[in-house]
Amino acid sequence: MDRREFLSAVGAATVTAWAPDVAFAQRASVSYDRLLVLVELKGGNDGLNTVVPYADPGYPGLRPRLAVPRDQVLQLDQQTGFHPALEPLMAPWKNRELAVVQGVGYPGANLSHFRSIDIWDTASSSNEYLTDGWLARVFAAAPAPASFAADAVVVGGAEMGPLRGGVRAIALANPEQFLRQARYAAPAGQARNAALHHILRVEENIAQAAARLNGNRAFATEFPAHPFGNAVRTAAQLIAGEAGIAAVKVALGGFDTHSGQPGRHAQLLKALAEGLAALKNALVELGRWDSTLIMTYSEFGRRPRENLSNGTDHGTASAHFVLGGRVKGGLYGLSPVLSRLDGNGNLPFAVDFRDIYATVLERWWGADSTRALKGRFAPLDVVRA
Amino acid sequence: MSAEDRKLAQREMFQKAIELRSWWLTEMLVTPSPLTEKMTLFWHNHFVSSQQKVRSPQLMYRQNVLLRRHALGNFTMLLHAVARDPAMVIYLDSASNRKGQPNENFAREVMELFTLGEGHYTERDVKDAARAFTGWGVDPDRGEFVFRRLAHDDGVKTVLGRRGNLDGDAVLGILLAQPQTAELIVAKLWREFVAPDPDRGEVRRIAQVFRESGYEIRPALRALLTSDSFYEPGNRAVLIKSPVELVVGTLRQFSFATGEPLPFALGVAVLGQSLFSPPNVKGWPGGESWINSTTLLARKAFLDRLFRVEETRAMMAEGGRLEPPKIAERMAGGRERYLQAMLDVQFDGGKWLSQFDDRPQLLQRVVLASAPVTEPPPGTQGVELIRHLVLDPAYQLK
Repeated sequence: MDRREFLSAVGAATVTAWAPDVAFAQRASVSYDRLLVLVELKGGNDGLNTVVPYADPGYPGLRPRLAVPRDQVLQLDQQTGFHPALEPLMAPWKNRELAVVQGVGYPGANLSHFRSIDIWDTASSSNEYLTDGWLARVFAAAPAPASFAADAVVVGGAEMGPLRGGVRAIALANPEQFLRQARYAAPAGQARNAALHHILRVEENIAQAAARLNGNRAFATEFPAHPFGNAVRTAAQLIAGEAGIAAVKVALGGFDTHSGQPGRHAQLLKALAEGLAALKNALVELGRWDSTLIMTYSEFGRRPRENLSNGTDHGTASAHFVLGGRVKGGLYGLSPVLSRLDGNGNLPFAVDFRDIYATVLERWWGADSTRALKGRFAPLDVVRA
Repeated sequence: MSAEDRKLAQREMFQKAIELRSWWLTEMLVTPSPLTEKMTLFWHNHFVSSQQKVRSPQLMYRQNVLLRRHALGNFTMLLHAVARDPAMVIYLDSASNRKGQPNENFAREVMELFTLGEGHYTERDVKDAARAFTGWGVDPDRGEFVFRRLAHDDGVKTVLGRRGNLDGDAVLGILLAQPQTAELIVAKLWREFVAPDPDRGEVRRIAQVFRESGYEIRPALRALLTSDSFYEPGNRAVLIKSPVELVVGTLRQFSFATGEPLPFALGVAVLGQSLFSPPNVKGWPGGESWINSTTLLARKAFLDRLFRVEETRAMMAEGGRLEPPKIAERMAGGRERYLQAMLDVQFDGGKWLSQFDDRPQLLQRVVLASAPVTEPPPGTQGVELIRHLVLDPAYQLK
């Protein structure tokens, strides 16, 4: 059953009542043969110790215990360098396939994990509450081709994040198990309320994806043996399937480093860099590296001044990565100016995160961004034609 | 401690943390007072702490004892007690909140999540409240709350317009005096018991009852559970069951006999509700977020397996394989215990169904909160009928 049949099966009137924001639904041609991979760094990644302003005297001043020692920084230029655990990203950096965007944030930064990730997921302003994820709005306006297995897949299966809302998005942890169990999904019947509508829609998405996914491609690429490596392997298997997927989301958790930061953060960054490097290799193997854009995001950065627990508290702007075979590598945004912190001791932002979303929508997918983002944002020039 | 010792200690803690989950699940399965368990879980999801960060099954157990003692008691006492609870003090970093170097974690969450809600305080309030809580810590040897006077900031603070040399308890008093606090709790109870979208007028009315009783929880619950909204037909089957409600509810409703609860303690975790380890300080978001493609399939697979336990037993007797979840494999003897526990599960379908012998039309209404999405094919009966009903999407609703 396709989506149209499904809609009529559950009753058009019922669906309108429970359907998310489809007011701007339109036919549009969007280049979904180009893949988007989202990497969420859950907990608020410490941008300053990821992309390190090692030449700024304010840096060791604010972080007498936490600063990455200058001689260990992997230099990107005279001011900026990577945390040593990011060594696996030096190859794409030197290939100029990795864009490092500094100072990513938004006006009126919110320091709560939940509210701030909500803002990122829904692409709202800090004083605006939206229900649907930003990618859900994009797919609602311009769905991926009906032949695709799904609009998007969330690997790990916890929260739908930017895909929450009425789209063909599925969550799964393990493709084989998903296919074995998909027989339980038998979408049919009348949605009497929003909760039941949600369940029936999930059943429909499962049935559609299961009919088109396969998850047993063998890779020459070696995936690192940690949970993030496994998530990346699953993502690569899904991407390898014949039916398309427009977007894949993976996540790496544990970045809320209020205490004991040095060891934990190094471990997280190592897992991230190893996972991204393996993903690149797998995409090259599939011939998809040039048609894939990978971007990281996180609810916020962390406070420039370290706390007394050998950690850092919630902050604002942070650095993020955009990488792929068509990315114009280099530094973007604004290096942190540690002498100009706001009243709470936090960094002002230089690049609105919605500028990065606009980059994905306009420069990568050739889609309209103003409706999905509910405003005009300036794409970054990080994608080669 | 050598690397070997550390590994051993970690293993032991992992083991204890799993036993702790099994302990709570047993309480849920055998309690004569399900409402107490339900409210203990409600408070666990309100005053969130997680074993993942606290790393002490003992302290997590003691917090649970605290939550169940006040589960149907007094919210003022509960809030003051939770703020000093060692697991909470560790979870929200009060332990490292010191004069001159405040850690804002607890001060922020107590306002945002435990009392006022987002948007009802300023960053300035958070900063000054954090100063008021400086010096609250845990004695690492005894695992008890301690107040470290030298680490306490006794300067003047301003919180929500109240100025003075405030300490932590004074700040909690200020938060409890805000009408917003009672409304936040009542709205949350509404989403637990009535419907996803609270009726603002009714929430305000019940919040008034709550405050006027001095934050007694029983009168507020009584007002909620006797409200017209609670009984309104439009509010039937509009909430999605949590994993605990699905698993424990099914085992209790169908009078399953069970051995040790390990498969169910692990089972609710697979469905997205790892007891003592909520995903973050906001707790499980619940509602529609319980159900995505992964968890819906896992729910149905669980139910299907449960109502085929006799077949599973026969299959295992013939040397068939049943795969325990990975987490069981990580426990010492976990695999054997899991498989034995699965063998111990029993459902006496004939006996359970016999209560409907003279009123078959009642069966469907007892199993489902609303009509099934797909009517059972004519002639479906016995355990086959039960299986049809529990695999129907309507069984996911309460």
